[in-house]
Amino acid sequence: MNDYILEIKNVSKQFPGIKALSDVSINIRRGGIHGLCGENGAGKSTLMKILAGVYPHGAYDGEILLNSTPLRNSYIGDALKNGIAIVHQELALIPYMTVGENIYLGREPVSHGIINRHKLYADTKEILKKYDLDIPFSAKISSLGVGRQQMVEIAKALSEDARILILDEPTSALTDTEINALMRILNTLREKGVTCIYISHKLEEFFRITDTVTVLRDGMVVDTIDTAGADTEALIAMMVGREMTERFPEGKRNPKKVIMEVRNLTAYDQASRDKKVIKDISFTVRKGEILGIAGLMGAGRTELATTIFGEFGTRISGDIIINGEKITVTSARDAIDNGIHLVPEDRKGLGLITTQSILENISLPNIHRFSSIFRIDKHKELQECERLAKDMSVKCRSLLANINSLSGGNQQKVVISKWLMTRPRVLILDEPTRGIDVGAKYEIYKFMNELAEQGMAIIMISSELPEILGMSDRILVMCEGECKGILEKKDATQEIIMTLATGMNGVHND
Amino acid sequence: MEYIMTDNQIIRKISGIIQLNMKSFAMIFALLLIWALFAVMTNGVFLAPQNLSNLFRQMTIISFLAFGMVLILVTGNIDLSVGSAVGLVSAVGAYLQAILLPKILPDLLPMLPSTSIGIASTVITVIACLMVGLAIGLWQGYLTAYLGIPAFIVTLGGMLIFRGGVLGITQGKTIVPIEDSLVYIAQGYQGRITGIIIAILVILAIFSMTFWNRRQKKSYGFELRPAYLDTAKAGFFSILVLIYVLYIANGYRGIQNPVLLMAVVAVIFSYISTSTRFGRYCYAIGGNKEATRLSGVDIKKNIFIVFILMGLLCGVSGIVLTGYVAAGTIGGGTNYELSTIAACIIGGTSTMGGAGTIFGAIIGSLIMASLENGMSVMNMDIFWQYIIKGLVLIIAVYIDVLSRKKTGII
Repeated sequence: MNDYILEIKNVSKQFPGIKALSDVSINIRRGGIHGLCGENGAGKSTLMKILAGVYPHGAYDGEILLNSTPLRNSYIGDALKNGIAIVHQELALIPYMTVGENIYLGREPVSHGIINRHKLYADTKEILKKYDLDIPFSAKISSLGVGRQQMVEIAKALSEDARILILDEPTSALTDTEINALMRILNTLREKGVTCIYISHKLEEFFRITDTVTVLRDGMVVDTIDTAGADTEALIAMMVGREMTERFPEGKRNPKKVIMEVRNLTAYDQASRDKKVIKDISFTVRKGEILGIAGLMGAGRTELATTIFGEFGTRISGDIIINGEKITVTSARDAIDNGIHLVPEDRKGLGLITTQSILENISLPNIHRFSSIFRIDKHKELQECERLAKDMSVKCRSLLANINSLSGGNQQKVVISKWLMTRPRVLILDEPTRGIDVGAKYEIYKFMNELAEQGMAIIMISSELPEILGMSDRILVMCEGECKGILEKKDATQEIIMTLATGMNGVHND
Repeated sequence: MEYIMTDNQIIRKISGIIQLNMKSFAMIFALLLIWALFAVMTNGVFLAPQNLSNLFRQMTIISFLAFGMVLILVTGNIDLSVGSAVGLVSAVGAYLQAILLPKILPDLLPMLPSTSIGIASTVITVIACLMVGLAIGLWQGYLTAYLGIPAFIVTLGGMLIFRGGVLGITQGKTIVPIEDSLVYIAQGYQGRITGIIIAILVILAIFSMTFWNRRQKKSYGFELRPAYLDTAKAGFFSILVLIYVLYIANGYRGIQNPVLLMAVVAVIFSYISTSTRFGRYCYAIGGNKEATRLSGVDIKKNIFIVFILMGLLCGVSGIVLTGYVAAGTIGGGTNYELSTIAACIIGGTSTMGGAGTIFGAIIGSLIMASLENGMSVMNMDIFWQYIIKGLVLIIAVYIDVLSRKKTGII
């Protein structure tokens, strides 16, 4: 038996148009805790999906050795049989069942075809005791907090004899006390010889718990280092530095007066009023300006956008001021009436009506412009929408065709153009170029420039640092629902943004 | 300047139109197939003017409901209470006509002769029935849209509540008699001459609409399709109108009043669904509720209105039912919700919401009525009739599922 329980050798994974992993080699030491970090889109989740068997053997290049023998997952269940279990960011437990029932779901001990509850709970108790997990074995999942639910997930994995436990951002939803409890458990697991792969955005956690850390960037391994003797600056330096391969159109923007001001905006979670989704955020955005919002996954960027758009209803505090006037926004309608428009991140789920035509999608928020209560002037509708689609260079045979017949980039143009007829004051674009090809990306950047030049204020949320740096006049960086700083374009570098986004203390200006 | 298309472009245009309307053509084809089948199996009796005339009358009560149900289903809701609601409207109508109004009207309007009192009674009854329908719509719409109770539950409750109302009003007995003027609404005919005049007016309307539309298009600078294509389309519908009026209706006793009423309501609802903001919003809500909400549409208000319209149509349907059976009965409207939903779905309304047309609902009602009528004419055992109707419904939904898979909308 060698030192390494898992050897990932030269693994590559290609998706249409993008290389998600290229030539990744990582050795995971037996019984250790191995950290994995990198920006959004660095390839962490692709790697995890390969280990978990989501992408079966053959769907990727390279080889993975488990205990020196090749690992060949042909479906998701295989990974578990081989002793690799993942605790996902979103917990997958059944809330109305008890802890024991969840742990043994699908593997219930039976005698004569009837579930043997006594054995089920006895086994549960044993597992919980062995790993020193403090959870009542017969409690309903819905009665437990997120931290304890996560322990149930871990117990479930261990009950299936997992030797390698992959924790995907385990602390993102936990309180400090819960995080402490989790760290204790991880130490116990280390003592018992369970190997952990620990993925996180919070860099200080790596120094607290892991033995080694691998940094991924653009699908490649930057380096694997021992945590002892390293520091966060070193990690950040490795994480950033993505190539500025994309071109960004030159803008002649000239931001002038402040159009919108947000003061001490706080939004509360729907389930528990004590939990703040975004915390005390203040910023301004000027006419003709592109304000970039950067941050890692789960930093609260989308929540900031939807709060301004009224999605949190009355569960907010703080002020939104447009043109010097304080406004109340408790619904999408309010926001739209005040000239704030949102292009959501989830294009299919929130942006498009996939059963309808291109025309109907563009026209939806604008129908009042060409209709009375009794009649839609369909000719006028078609005429105005056609003009808009042409301005946005939406490539389609006819506006009457179904929206599904368009490519992703053209669909995104439709989602943006449906808001342009009314000339919004503030246009919020949430990940405007996600999943679209380079050509369409460039066109969308050009539109953003044009709109800003015409005096619109644009707020752009993006996970891609080059895009943030290439397009924004100023950059607001978020971490854990807080604003960590607002940077002028000239002062911003990938390192500074990443330092702020990972919650390290950094510069504050503005 | 008129744009002139080449033959090639015209052929492409026509095939484009056919593709866009594939669902409608498929439905019409299915209907014709069913008719041909029954024609063969009944030695032509099925296609005789008298039978077809009855067939159209039979479909009316369900098709009123289907017009509203299309909108309900399009918004992603369902209404299971329409059968009981129609029963309640009918019971209230019969109670007013047979019991309450004969007592009070002669005292209130002592100067009127008895025939006029009968007409007054019918006018009051019609208004009251529509009010009952409206009240039902307001109630269920409020609970569904504003209190957020799922429509399935609200209307399942309504199904029981309204049936309870029927039992309470009728006291378990059949309520008779109904005034002749109310019976006329459901059983009367328009004379042959009136029928022909109506046909001419409708055909004139079809053609003037077509040309008005062309002029509008031109004034906005859109390319026009060749005039003969539009003329052919208008001509096709005109011929359908003529076949109905001259062969089917005038071949028997003339256009039946409920069919005329149905045509008027169908045109109104077709217009609402395709040419108003409200209609557009209904389809958007059914297609993607969240995206529609984020576009600033008041979803609650729209769903509220959809239920109000459904309630009003229950009122109309209840009036026709009362007039047709000339009584108020405890079983009035039983199982209508099932026939209505089946008619909508056979007519291409999607079970997932977002798609469905009034035209489809008419064809669907016609298919359901044809099956019922044809099997009765064949003297088929009633148990077979149930089984076949059930199978047709399942097959129709399967076709919907298949076509969704193909277009990738799920």
